[in-house]
Amino acid sequence: MDNLDLSVIIDNLPFLWQGLQISLSLTALAVVGGIALGTFLALMRLSGFGPLSWVAAGYVNLIRSVPLILVIFWFYFMVPLALGRPIGSFYSALIAFVMFEAAYYSEIIRAGIQSVRKGQVHAGKAIGLSYWQIQRYVVLPQAFRNMIPILVTQAIVLFQDTSLVFVVSLRDFMTASSIVARTEGRLAEMYLFAALVYFTICFAGSIFVRRLQRAKTA
Amino acid sequence: MISIENVSKWYGDFQVLANCTSKVDKGEVVVVCGPSGSGKSTLIKCVNGLEPVQRGTITVEGTEVTAKRTNLTKLRSRIGMVFQHFELYPHMSVRENLCLGQQKVLGRSRDEANAKAEALIDRVDMLAHIEKFPGQLSGGQQQRVAISRALAMDPIAMLFDEPTSALDPEMINEVLDVMVELAQDGMTMMVVTHEMGFARKVADRVVFMDAGAIVEDRETEAFFGNPESDRAKEFLSKILNH
Repeated sequence: MDNLDLSVIIDNLPFLWQGLQISLSLTALAVVGGIALGTFLALMRLSGFGPLSWVAAGYVNLIRSVPLILVIFWFYFMVPLALGRPIGSFYSALIAFVMFEAAYYSEIIRAGIQSVRKGQVHAGKAIGLSYWQIQRYVVLPQAFRNMIPILVTQAIVLFQDTSLVFVVSLRDFMTASSIVARTEGRLAEMYLFAALVYFTICFAGSIFVRRLQRAKTA
Repeated sequence: MISIENVSKWYGDFQVLANCTSKVDKGEVVVVCGPSGSGKSTLIKCVNGLEPVQRGTITVEGTEVTAKRTNLTKLRSRIGMVFQHFELYPHMSVRENLCLGQQKVLGRSRDEANAKAEALIDRVDMLAHIEKFPGQLSGGQQQRVAISRALAMDPIAMLFDEPTSALDPEMINEVLDVMVELAQDGMTMMVVTHEMGFARKVADRVVFMDAGAIVEDRETEAFFGNPESDRAKEFLSKILNH
């Protein structure tokens, strides 16, 4: 191990940093989009109105039954077909992640909504709030509060999953590390470094989750 | 004001309400009592449409609650309801609990809502706690806040669903005192409770339920002095003889 050349990392830091920015922004946007769409799917599923809940259940089950990498491919090839023009690998990957994560988030959010006592909904109805007002002011704030640790955990998984975007030639952190590794012929250094970066970010995330859980039970 | 006519309700095959008929006139206080599982909580939840009924009609101030076309949201905003487990919104302060409905449903301005909230909270001696969250309050305090929250909507009638049965014994009176005061102010009230002392003191009529049916519906004096049915006699002897 004494022939590791760490200078390859330093020399390529700006390039790697660009990759990391793509990974992080993809994660952040997919979390926001996934939670928004997932909330809708969860509400559809719990609406008690057959067709709406079947559509949501069908969607969730479909997405959860196919590998993420396939979903990324789908959207890469299908979105340009649907729109009639290419939208670039970043946006097609983003759409794929939002659609994919929404299925998982919707299940988390559904459980979160169900964890709010029915009496809370009654109390909202009793003062004359509408369905949407009850969701917005009474149910969802409590549901999200209960769910935050799981939502963050899901975001950590998502961050790791963004490394799959190499299949649509998007230069995320993993792809950038790979490119450096191959062009500079420094595989060991680069893959160790990449692992270290992923580990640091994800581990920090896990510690954050544990903090949140402790704060919740306290 | 509230009229309940031939109301029946089933959960699947199980009948929870059997042909119930009763009424609450304006300014009247009616106490609904009976053994647990007798359907009294279900009945009161039907009055503002929180529970649907399969047969019969319920009318509040001329509006038919049980009709499909009725705008329940609007009707509910005019009927206050207090729950066994308070159901204050735990993520909001006392002040926010009292203001939410006023602002979002009645469209009151923030200042109006706040002024109303402060006045009502002061009446139940909770002004010092107005910025606190429900989790920081005792059960009795929470229930007093819950009553104020319902009153903030200027209701034409108040429904109480076992308002003291989740409370520690030493907190029951502080809640009952508020309710007695409300009754004496002329509020129309329908109260599901086992507090027979309260019933004797302020109720105009007592409705006794058993197995989903209204067994007795009589003036308070008559009910306590001379209950007609064996079920009511048995019930009263069980809860009054200790």
